[in-house]
Amino acid sequence: MNDLTNKSWLNWFRLASPSAFYPVAGRLIPFFWILSIAFGLAGLWVSFFVAPVDAVQGQGYRIIFVHVPVSWMSMFLYIVMAGWAGIGLVFNTRLSAMMAQAIAPIGAVMAFLSLWTGAFWGKPMWGAWWVWDARLTSELILFFLYLGFIALQASIDQVRRADKAGAILALVGVVNVPIIYFSVKWWNTLHQGASVSMSKAPSMAQTMLWGMLLMALCFWMYAIAVTLMRVRVIILERETHTDWVKQLEEVRS
Amino acid sequence: MNAFFMIVQRDLLLVMRRKSEVLTALFFFVIVTSLFPLGIGADTALLRKIAPGVIWVSALLATLLGLQRLFGSDYQDGTLEQLALSPRPFVVLVLGKITAHWLVCGLPLLILAPVIGLQFDLDTASLKTLLLTLLLGTPVLSLIGSIGAALTLGLRGGGALMSLLVLPLYIPVLIFGAGAVYAKSVGLDVTGHFSLLGALLVLALAFMPWVSAAALRIAIE
Amino acid sequence: MTAHISHPPFSAQSFQAKNLTCVRGDQTLFASLSFALTSGECLHVRGENGVGKTSLLRLLAGLSQPEQGEVIWNASNIKSDREAFHQALCFLGHRDALKEDLSALENLMMYATLGASNSSRESALQCLWQFGLRGREDLPVHYLSAGQKKRVVIARIAMRGAPLWILDEPFNALDSQGVQGFIGLVEQHLSRGGIAVLTGHQELSITGLRALQL
Repeated sequence: MNDLTNKSWLNWFRLASPSAFYPVAGRLIPFFWILSIAFGLAGLWVSFFVAPVDAVQGQGYRIIFVHVPVSWMSMFLYIVMAGWAGIGLVFNTRLSAMMAQAIAPIGAVMAFLSLWTGAFWGKPMWGAWWVWDARLTSELILFFLYLGFIALQASIDQVRRADKAGAILALVGVVNVPIIYFSVKWWNTLHQGASVSMSKAPSMAQTMLWGMLLMALCFWMYAIAVTLMRVRVIILERETHTDWVKQLEEVRS
Repeated sequence: MNAFFMIVQRDLLLVMRRKSEVLTALFFFVIVTSLFPLGIGADTALLRKIAPGVIWVSALLATLLGLQRLFGSDYQDGTLEQLALSPRPFVVLVLGKITAHWLVCGLPLLILAPVIGLQFDLDTASLKTLLLTLLLGTPVLSLIGSIGAALTLGLRGGGALMSLLVLPLYIPVLIFGAGAVYAKSVGLDVTGHFSLLGALLVLALAFMPWVSAAALRIAIE
Repeated sequence: MTAHISHPPFSAQSFQAKNLTCVRGDQTLFASLSFALTSGECLHVRGENGVGKTSLLRLLAGLSQPEQGEVIWNASNIKSDREAFHQALCFLGHRDALKEDLSALENLMMYATLGASNSSRESALQCLWQFGLRGREDLPVHYLSAGQKKRVVIARIAMRGAPLWILDEPFNALDSQGVQGFIGLVEQHLSRGGIAVLTGHQELSITGLRALQL
């Protein structure tokens, strides 16, 4: 779960109401943007200047400093999204469902970036824009799971039904992701076609790991910042009829 | 259990009175499998190699076609509400409907598949394996598919949306099912595939009816 | 068309709504709605179209969840003992809930099994005959007229013999004779100690009737 839950002086239940959460989220957003930019600059510096040139793959391998972190984030965000959706389903809290709805497109973008950077890595390295290896294929399926969640919520007009149906789908998905990953790995080893694999990363120099970790943190802070921004918009959309929204400066102007 | 058998019998009776719906999915299965040789060429060796995948994918798509009917008719005439309000456990009734769906959609595939397999020149051992994988796998397809059907009940564009939701979840069954037939055809051991398929079936039977029942209650709110 | 279906009288029942609030989309249809019914009472929910009558009935039946408040059957929340509540409830929604491809008799037998009551084929036939469907029991329901379909639905309700009836627009498609017959059925149900909640635009003269205007 994101950093919000660690601040012990904030009364957790008070924040469960959209009207209380809205201003708090607003104050936190710049904080996470700053963290994201800071980590990003550090990560990019490490990945471009500190990490050594790979003996086999030359300079082009540096795209893993984006590819691997976004892959991690796409999987992490799916679990977080399913977690929020599950909480919303069990405790019938609207804000949790709004968080899940906010995270979904960001996770989908991360998954897409993973596939895209994977292609950019594959082409110069192995001559093919796409390789049916276990991780890329699982990433593709994860992308479809995100799209399914977004499409389902978009198709249901009644908001509470959309929340709950999406929650069930996300929970079923989160249980299936390990099963799918395992089956795809199995499939990959069975059909020994291409002998190339994205999983066989270049033997990790310590600096390379640092680079990826910093970039991962950068994307994580970015994801939190954008999620908070999106959830504020969703709150406004859903609560337009309430008094506190009508009082807001942004709405009155 | 009385209620379970009543629901299975009722759904089968309803299908018998509207036979055209059943046959459409079956014809679809046959037509789609015939498209592949037409698209790829009649090279026997190649067809033998792609047969497990082609037959399994066509089985997936044919099951998807049948899924749209699973809860749709009961939802439209109001019977689904009555099922939800029955003193009988809703999960049992849902399982009854899924069972009836498998009897109508999955079982005929089992009967047709060897015929298609012969068209693709599969040998006897592979055909037997194909039948067994379909026997284990088609119930899983019905069970997983029921969640997609329940979630998209009554929505515009329900069919296409349901396919988007359900097909990623079908992938493990496809991999183990088609993989087993392919492995058999090249002489590899298939016990691993079958244990995994069996495990999927057990998991699906244990959880999917509850999830579908929950999704249905949400849909009829 | 009065029915002579024999069911034993019910023990004392109570049906309560406490502080029900219903929200549909952006609109609050009603808030803090409460009532209490005991054996022999019938609640007639009135109001214009779209005011929330159907939503209220669905809340009372437990099909949808209220934003706030609870529904209580015999001193326990309907969510806490679902099976007991469903055993006691007979719900009629907007649609007839009849399978069009099955015959009237087959539909009633299906509901007998679903309702966990031990109705035999003979008693189902008796029900259908008492509502003027003799000779039509074996026809697929889609051959029946709208009025006849409604009589099948009423036969289902009568056969079930549940203590709590929640009926949404039960008089639709009935002619005046049918309406009178159905009112007689409701009165018989109330005199046996049952409870009923129904909607309808008609003026009803039933003993033990209370009105709720939404």
